[in-house]
Parts: sequence; structure tokens; C-alpha cells
Amino acid sequence: MTTIFRSEQMTSCQLYLQPDAAYSCIAELGELGIVQFRDLNPNVNSFQRKFVNEVRRCEEMERKLRFLESEIKKDELTLYDPDENPDAPKPREMIDLEAIIDKLDHELKEINTNADALLRNFNELTELKHNLSMTQTFFQDAQQVRIGLSENAHEQNVDIDDQYSSTMATGMKLGFVSGVISRERIIGFERMLWRVCRGNVFLKQADIPDLIEDPLTGEKVHKTVFVVFFQGEQLKNRVQKICEGFRANIYPCPENANERRELAMGVMTRLEDLNIVLRQTHDHRQRVLLETSKTIRTWIIKVRKIKAIYHTMNMFNNDIARKCFIAECWTPNSQIDTLQLALRKGSESSGSGSISSVVNRIETNQQPPTHNKLNKFTQGFQNLVDAYGVATYREINPMPFVLITFPFLFAVMFGDAGHGLIVSIFALWMVIKENTLKKKWRTQEVWTIFFGGRYIILLMGLFSIYTGLIYNDVFSKSLNLFGSSWRVKFDDKTLLKSDSVFLEPNPTIYNHTTPDQYRQMYSGNPYLLGIDPVWQLSDNKITFTNSAKMKFAIIIGIIQMCFGVILSLWNHLHFKHYHGIFAEFLPQLIFLVCIFIYLIILIFYKWSTYQGKDATDAPSLLIHLINMMLLSYPDSPPSSTKIYNGQRGVQTALLLIAVICIPWMLLAKPIYTIIKRRKRNNHLTVTNPLASNDIEMKNHNADEEIDMSEVWVEQGIHTIEYFLGCISHTASYLRLWALSLAHAQLSEVLWSMIFHIGLSMNGYIGGIASFMVFMPWSSLTIFILLLMEGLSAFLHALRLHWVEFQSKFYKGEGYPFVPFSFKLILEETPPDS
Amino acid sequence: MEKFAIALIFFTVFWGLIGVVLPFLIPKGPNRRLIQTMLILTSACCWLFWLCFYLHQWNPLFGPLLTTTDARILRELWSTDF
Repeated sequence: MTTIFRSEQMTSCQLYLQPDAAYSCIAELGELGIVQFRDLNPNVNSFQRKFVNEVRRCEEMERKLRFLESEIKKDELTLYDPDENPDAPKPREMIDLEAIIDKLDHELKEINTNADALLRNFNELTELKHNLSMTQTFFQDAQQVRIGLSENAHEQNVDIDDQYSSTMATGMKLGFVSGVISRERIIGFERMLWRVCRGNVFLKQADIPDLIEDPLTGEKVHKTVFVVFFQGEQLKNRVQKICEGFRANIYPCPENANERRELAMGVMTRLEDLNIVLRQTHDHRQRVLLETSKTIRTWIIKVRKIKAIYHTMNMFNNDIARKCFIAECWTPNSQIDTLQLALRKGSESSGSGSISSVVNRIETNQQPPTHNKLNKFTQGFQNLVDAYGVATYREINPMPFVLITFPFLFAVMFGDAGHGLIVSIFALWMVIKENTLKKKWRTQEVWTIFFGGRYIILLMGLFSIYTGLIYNDVFSKSLNLFGSSWRVKFDDKTLLKSDSVFLEPNPTIYNHTTPDQYRQMYSGNPYLLGIDPVWQLSDNKITFTNSAKMKFAIIIGIIQMCFGVILSLWNHLHFKHYHGIFAEFLPQLIFLVCIFIYLIILIFYKWSTYQGKDATDAPSLLIHLINMMLLSYPDSPPSSTKIYNGQRGVQTALLLIAVICIPWMLLAKPIYTIIKRRKRNNHLTVTNPLASNDIEMKNHNADEEIDMSEVWVEQGIHTIEYFLGCISHTASYLRLWALSLAHAQLSEVLWSMIFHIGLSMNGYIGGIASFMVFMPWSSLTIFILLLMEGLSAFLHALRLHWVEFQSKFYKGEGYPFVPFSFKLILEETPPDS
Repeated sequence: MEKFAIALIFFTVFWGLIGVVLPFLIPKGPNRRLIQTMLILTSACCWLFWLCFYLHQWNPLFGPLLTTTDARILRELWSTDF
């Protein structure tokens, strides 16, 4: 019997699977997601399980697929999602899949290493090219200088192109080293050369204008070509060491200009060739990746499914004698037929349809998992309830009630129609566009939280509009839809006398001598929908609304707690704990009614009988409640004198009944347990009058001793928790008043201190000011009032449900039903991470 | 006094229609019980909320404290008759 008020009925089944058919049967079950398997080999190490090799192979494939995926992403190609759900491949197909993935993996790795080597080569040649062109200019300049010198200096005839002779002409033998160094290091390089070689070397440098890719790091940096001239072997070694230290790349530079030209041309041709090869490699890589990108997502899903199937099969018991696999699982009663169909389908598809797999229902004492049939609307609310504790099997599920009372209590604390309208529109957008929004921004956790709770937010917003209308609060302003019940009936003389006036609800309070000054300013009928708009303009608004909101908070709190206690009755009836009704439900309910429902009755009584003319005699209900507890009935302050005749007698009687409930709840259940055990023992001795019974009896007694003290302690804790809780929880509901007051005040502050500035200016300046002031007002409204206050009200409403409401009936000691489902497994890891 | 009773009856009947009559008209389906629960709870909560604030304002023990400027404005805006 499916009902939303309880979790589904579950059966424990044993599956006997043929070894050949097992794989496909599990694949079928994975697609359906209707069973939760129990691990029958809990003591076996994961490395000793039967299918550990297959799992290992799957993980290898996953690793290679991850590598391929990252390569595809690096090249910014689009990954195509499969249109339909790919089936789990058969075991034979798995080998083919492995081979394909392996081949692709190797190919891509090879392409990558080749490309790296080619690129490095390319970069080195580029540097060499720059090197040659720069040093060319050095030597040319040097030759100009030399020509000038030789003309002036009447030296021996030197071969202008022969640098060696020219240097010999100047009487020295210079060697040189040329290379390329990154621009940021050149200064340090120069300084080091100067220091180490004691100024005996000459450095000439020229910047390379383009950015060059460094062969080792692959980044594009600015580089400088340098030539270092030195004399002698020692300096040569030092210079080379320094070059190594500063990671300058040294390139051989021929001293002969002809040789240089030839080398330059050779480098150019090699560079062109390399360019072509690089481009071809890149194209090849693109082609391979493009091919892969079409199918890689399908493969990933397939591999995950295979791995999931083998993980599940690792949990089975391999019965060698009967040559089959035994699996134990939980499944909802309603799905047993589907289960049998699935197994039959699996056996047929694997080809061994002659011997089908068997489903066997077994009785077990283990607690079944809790499974609730949910749709996208109820899922959010069930998550809220489950966050505190998953319901015990077949216990009343608070979700259908929380579905309405949670947004309602949120709205009581949020209470602004304008803010509620904005929240509703935002939630409505998320709900209407849910199909397109479902796939977006899945990695943004804040967004997924908001999106997952879109129905909750929608209900919260709608209820907030209603409570905002009742509180008559739209962005801290009131609406006057039906005409106020208050009128100003003062004449000018009175109004001139003071700064502020009280509108009197009843004319006979004050001055009897000049009755025309104080006429009745209250029409006698309250404003039709909510709080009268005149209160928004008055200075004592808070005093008025405080009283109303506090009373409402107490009323709704007590009613919700009574509702919780009544739900516990329903639980007792379902589990057939009839003694529980007498021992727990009745004292709890009677206590609540005697004290707190009586308080509600007093509140309604005070609302209906006390008018403006009785204002000085009006009772303070809080004092009356305290006096009821203390059994004191004073005569002096009018607010504590009796409200009705016979109040003393009635209240004493109620208090007495309530006090009796405490020992009633404390004693009834343990005494019942004692009587039940004694009856069982008597029954045993009557039916088994053997001597060995004495030992059994002693054991029983020992058990009973331990159990009885536990029972007493547990019941004592429950009693104290309940009765103290009644009072503290009732007071806890006053947070409904507190948060709504805070929200209203914040809203008023934002309006009067920010928006009012713009609105109160006249003329065109006022228009511009209003425009400018709107931005801070609206952004503060959204961030402080909607987001912060919204979150605050959300948490408090949630706490009220988890603690104050659910503690009256909810045990929450179950564990959730997590079926073996491919859909769940695939959803776990987001695909774009 | 009549206006008070009429308003009370009107709103009670309104929420009563939603919370008591409408649940019987929900067609059979998987969500029938859920929708019935929702309707009953919504109408009960909303009616109670309205009722509490209505009753609280029925016999006010004190009136609003207005600045004389506001009082003067209201006297002009709303006139002095109910």
C-alpha cells in the first residue's frame, strides 16, 4: 500500500543468478535502480574479492580516458554528450573497448613526445637564427671600426674579412662566445662577468625584438643576444661556466663571414622544414582528438557502468556447490514484479535463458531501509527532513506537513509582500526554466543549492506575499485597500497644543468635561485584511504589533506541538503499540491541553471581552499564567485580578491534572514492561517445567535487571525532556515574533534613511537624487533583507521544525534506501570537472 | 457589529471552501493525498493567521500615536466620518 505519509514497505530478497547470466541481470537492475544490495563479503579485503582484476582493468581504462579527455579539453574541442543512454557492454565487448582505448592512448602519447621534441628543436634553431643575425651586425660594426682604425693606424695589410688577423693587428688574440640569454638575467650576467673576470672581458649585447619560446620551459620570453670577447683559456672557462650558471644558451658562431652566411641559410631551410613537420603533427593530433571527442563520453559512461557492475558482483556470495551466485538485496514490495521481469530479461539476453534466475523472498530481523516515493516537488522537502535524520522504517514521514508549515513559518518571520514578490519571481523563473537551467553551472555549489530548492523558495515567496499583506508591509509601507478603521476627530485647538496625539478607541477614558474633544475615533470594525494602515504612520506601531505577533506566535506554536503529539498517536496505532497510547500519548496530550490550550483560550477570551474602556483593567496573561503555576491569586494590581468567576477553581483543577500527568508518563511504561515480563516468565515456567529452567530463569532475571534499569532511565529522560520541552519550546516559538520585528525594522530603516533622501527632494534634483539613491537601496534590500534575513528565517523555521515539532513524534533512526542505479552513479561525478 | 460578523463568516467560508470542500474534488492520482494535505494545511494556517490579527484589532486597548502634522493630513485625507 503506497502512502505518502509513511515510507514504502520493503522486502528482503535472495537472488540466485547463473554465472553467465549474472552480468546482464545486474546490468538490467542497474538501469532500473530498484534494489539495494547487501554486502555478503564484508570481511573480505577489497584486493581479495573475486572480480578484482576486472575492476583493475576498468580503472586503467578510466585513467586513459581521463588523459584523453584532458588532451581534448586542452585543444578546446567540444565533447559530444551521447544522445541516449548507452547500455553497459557485454564482457566480450569490454576487451574490444580496452584495446581501442589502449591504442588511442599510445598514439596520443607518441604524438605528444614527437611534438615536444620537434618544438624544442624549432626553438633552438630560432634562437640560433637570431644569434647569427645579431652577431652579424656586431662583426660588421667591428669591421667598420677596424677599417677606420687601419686607415688611421698604417698597420700591416690585413684581410678585412679575417677577424683573427685584425685582432692580431691590434696585438691581442681574442676568443669569443656567443649565445642567447633571457633579458631579465642579462644585467646580473654582465655584473658577474665583470666581477669574475676582473673587467677583462668585453660584452656586446642586442635585444631580440620578438618574443621567443624558450626551448626548455616553453614560455614566450624576451631574450637578448650577447657576444663575450675574452683572451686566454682561463677566461674562456670562466665565461663558459658563468653562461651555464645563468642558463644562457651558447651557440657556435663561425668567425668567417662566408661560413656565417652559409650557416644562416642552412638554418633558414631547416626552420622551414620543421615548420611544415610541426604543422603536420599538429593536424594529425587534431584529427585523432576530433575522432575521439565524438565517442569518448559514451566510452566513459560504459566503463563506469562496467565498473559498477563488477563492484556489485564482488558483494555476491559465490556458491560453488550449486554453481550460482547468491545475492541479497532490499527492494520495495511494489517493485518485486519488475525485479523478476528484469532478471528474466537479463537471463535471456545473455543467452542462457533455459535456466532462469530465481528470486526468493526471505524474512529477516534487520531493519529495512527507508524509501519514499518522491517527485521533483517533494524531493526538496524530503531532503530538509532527512538532513536531521532519516525516518525509521514505516514511521510517519513529516514531509507532507513540513511542505506547508515550513514555508508558512518562514513567511511569518519574513513578512513583507514586496520582498516576497521578488523571491517568488526569482523562484518562478527557476521553476519555469528548469529544463534548461538543470545543466548549467553545475560546478557552482551556491547555485545548485538554490536551484535544488526552487520549489521550497517558490512556496516561501508565495506565503510571504500573503503574510506581508496581513502585516500590511510592502517595502515597509502599508496599503490602504479597504479604508482605515481609525479617523482623526481632533479639532485644531487640540492639535496645536501638543506635538503628537493618541487616537482614542473609546471616548470615555479621558476628559468627561469636554467630550467633543474626544470622540470615538475607532469605527468598531477592524480593518478587513490584516493590520490597519494607520499603524504604519504611528509612533507606537511596535507596541501594537508586538502584542499581536507574540500572541500569534504562541498560538501557532502550541497548535503545531499538539499536532506533533497527535501524529505520535498515529504512529502508535500503526506499530500496534497500544500501551504507548495510554502510557505516553495521553499524558502528553493532557498536559499540553491543560496548560497551553487553556492559555490559547484565555488569549481568545481577552481579545473578545476587553475593550478600550477597560484598558487599565486588562489582564496580563503572562502574569496570570505564572500565578496559575504558583497558585497565587492576588487582589491588588488590576492586571492580576481574576478574569472570570470561578477562575481559581478551574485553574487549580487544570494544574492538578497536569501535574498528575508527570508521574503518569514516568511510571506507566516501565510498570507495563515489568508486568509483561512477569507474564512471560510465568508462561514459560508453566509450559516448560524442567529443571534446567532454573538456570534459564536466573539468566532471564539477570537480563531483566539490566534491562529494567535501562527502561527506567530512558523513560525518566523522555519524561523530563517532554515536560521541560513543552515550556521551553513554547517560548522558543517567540522567535517568529522576534525575526519578523527585525525584518520590519530593517526594512523601515532602509527606506527612511536611504530611499527617503531621494524621494523627499523637490524638482529635477529630486528626480536625479531618487535615481541615484535607488542603487544603494535596492542592493542593500537584496543583500541584507532578502539574502541575509531570508537565510536567517530559513534556518530558524527549519530549527522550529526539527526540534520543536519533530521531537513530539519523530524517531529518525532509519537509514536511506540507496538503490544500485546507473543514473545515481553517473550523476555523482559532474562531467565537466 | 454586523460588518464584523459578515467579514468573519466570509473569510471562514472562503478558507473553508479551499480547505474542506476542495480536497474532495481532487481527481484520483498518485498525488491525491499530498494535494489534499497541502490544501488543508494551507487553508488552516492562512485562516488562523488572518483570524488572530483580525480579532486582535477588534477591541483595541489603545490607539495609534500620531504626530500632529500627520493627524492634520489624515483629517483632511480621510475626512472625519467612517
